[in-house]
Amino acid sequence: MVVSHLVKKQTYFDSVTLMLIGSQVKKLDGIENAVVGMCTDYNIDSLKRLDMYHPDFDSLTPNDLIIAIKGSDEKTAKAAIAEVETRLTSKKKSSESTQLVPTNQEAAAKQLADANMVLISVPGEYAAREARMALNAGRHAMLFSDNVSIEEELELKTLGTEKGLLVMGPDCGTAIINGVPLAFSNAVRSGNIGLVAASGTGLQEVTSTIHRLGCGITQAIGVGGRDLSEKIGGKMTIMATKALIEDPETKVIVLVSKPPAESVLKNLMSEIKNANKPVVIYFIGADPKLIEAQGFTAAKNLEDAAVQACKLSTGKSYEPEFSDAKIDEMSKKIKLPTGNLRGLYSGGTLCDEAQRILRTSLPEIYSNTPVKGCKDMKDVYKSEGNCIIDLGDDVFTRGKAHPMIDPDNRAQRMIQEISDKSVNMILFDVVLGYGSHTDMAGEMVEAINKGKKASGNNPVMAACICGTQDDMQGYSNQAAKLEDAGIIVFPTNVAMVKFAQKCLERK
Amino acid sequence: MSNLKDFFGKKVKVINLGIPSFADDLKRQNVEVIHTDWRPPAGGNKKIQALLDKVETWQNKVNAAKGAK
Repeated sequence: MVVSHLVKKQTYFDSVTLMLIGSQVKKLDGIENAVVGMCTDYNIDSLKRLDMYHPDFDSLTPNDLIIAIKGSDEKTAKAAIAEVETRLTSKKKSSESTQLVPTNQEAAAKQLADANMVLISVPGEYAAREARMALNAGRHAMLFSDNVSIEEELELKTLGTEKGLLVMGPDCGTAIINGVPLAFSNAVRSGNIGLVAASGTGLQEVTSTIHRLGCGITQAIGVGGRDLSEKIGGKMTIMATKALIEDPETKVIVLVSKPPAESVLKNLMSEIKNANKPVVIYFIGADPKLIEAQGFTAAKNLEDAAVQACKLSTGKSYEPEFSDAKIDEMSKKIKLPTGNLRGLYSGGTLCDEAQRILRTSLPEIYSNTPVKGCKDMKDVYKSEGNCIIDLGDDVFTRGKAHPMIDPDNRAQRMIQEISDKSVNMILFDVVLGYGSHTDMAGEMVEAINKGKKASGNNPVMAACICGTQDDMQGYSNQAAKLEDAGIIVFPTNVAMVKFAQKCLERK
Repeated sequence: MSNLKDFFGKKVKVINLGIPSFADDLKRQNVEVIHTDWRPPAGGNKKIQALLDKVETWQNKVNAAKGAK
């Protein structure tokens, strides 16, 4: 094996573009590894760890691009570098327009003077600076970036609440504001349900279900996973909920979050107690009695939050798309052999939800993000026993794009799990919408077929699709691809997990 | 305190810093968006960046004081 490299000074690309190109080039014949990235501390560490470091990198800055390829021989490695360059050139060309492209927020604001929202997905160490700049200029900020300290988050949210401006995030993947889906969001109909959520896929699951049930939304405001922590005090949740209470278009409010800190829950309840409209709350794992005691509706899960919101918004009756009776019937067709269950999730909240439901049916569940009653995996790269894994967790996404964007990591893991003879059932999610891969179902089917062919194993496969028919991938198109490959498809994670539960009961 | 509700219903106009596909998605929906060919400020030099931020803070204070007169 030889390592070849190319440095392009003062050439900046965003990390997702670079990681996707690196991932594609790694698949070429004769290539063992590829690092395509800016000269950040993390990439330098990776290069050293992979034995691909070169002294040429010593004097570089985070504005310099490194392409390093480990290949079977020099010719192959050099050809891969040329391939990376071609892909980068085509990316540059496709994003170029006749207009002068600004290189910072200030210059961008000169071109779009009345911009009122800044969508920030720059490396975490620079994200707070950009958000601060946005707020000081009177613009709302959505921070997709992670690795922003909680102190910075507090400072930004304090500034945001003083100015009445949204600070969505950090680590906020989903929002639909005034009908505009930002980052990872679904094409959802307008309506009269307003949502505030400290969970990206949680918000996607609830909004998509509301759409499929025939209702619609006013706003879907993401606040970032730490908003209801003791330190942040629910600043954005409170501000956004109060704004929805005052909004005449919003008839029902839905709140979704992990359980808030006790003092924050108390304060939130007191702040919104005079809401003159119904509030549906799903605080994952929280005691529903606490919510009902305040006169609010406690939802049992994400699907139920959507069903309850639809009922309250129209006064009509709504049921989950797959009833318990239907799920029971479906499970009767399955003869599950003894073995282990595996869940391969790209959505963190969906992974969490699956563990909470299945922990009552399985003696032991392991996860890289275990909920109460589940256990930490000994080795996150190798499953043992029943495992429900969040492949979007930081441990899997360092130097790799999120599995909703780049299916590569999950496809490899899928093949690995199918080749494990102890596995009797695999559950996974397919998240559609803006930002997501254009054909996740197709990519998963390809990996599943490969895994089955190579191992001869044939575990029961089930998938849930988070999305709508109006998403660019199209719900029915993705469902058909999965079903044609023998995968059992569910409209929600809860329906899929209940099905798994029924199959386990029958075993 | 909040003028957030006044923002509801208004046209969203976006400055996108970072992942280009987020801007592409917005363009496809005919949302007014300007993508920025963002790069780390001050060539990635944190010390110079901190100094520039200080200058900007002072500049803002001077401008605010001028405006108050």
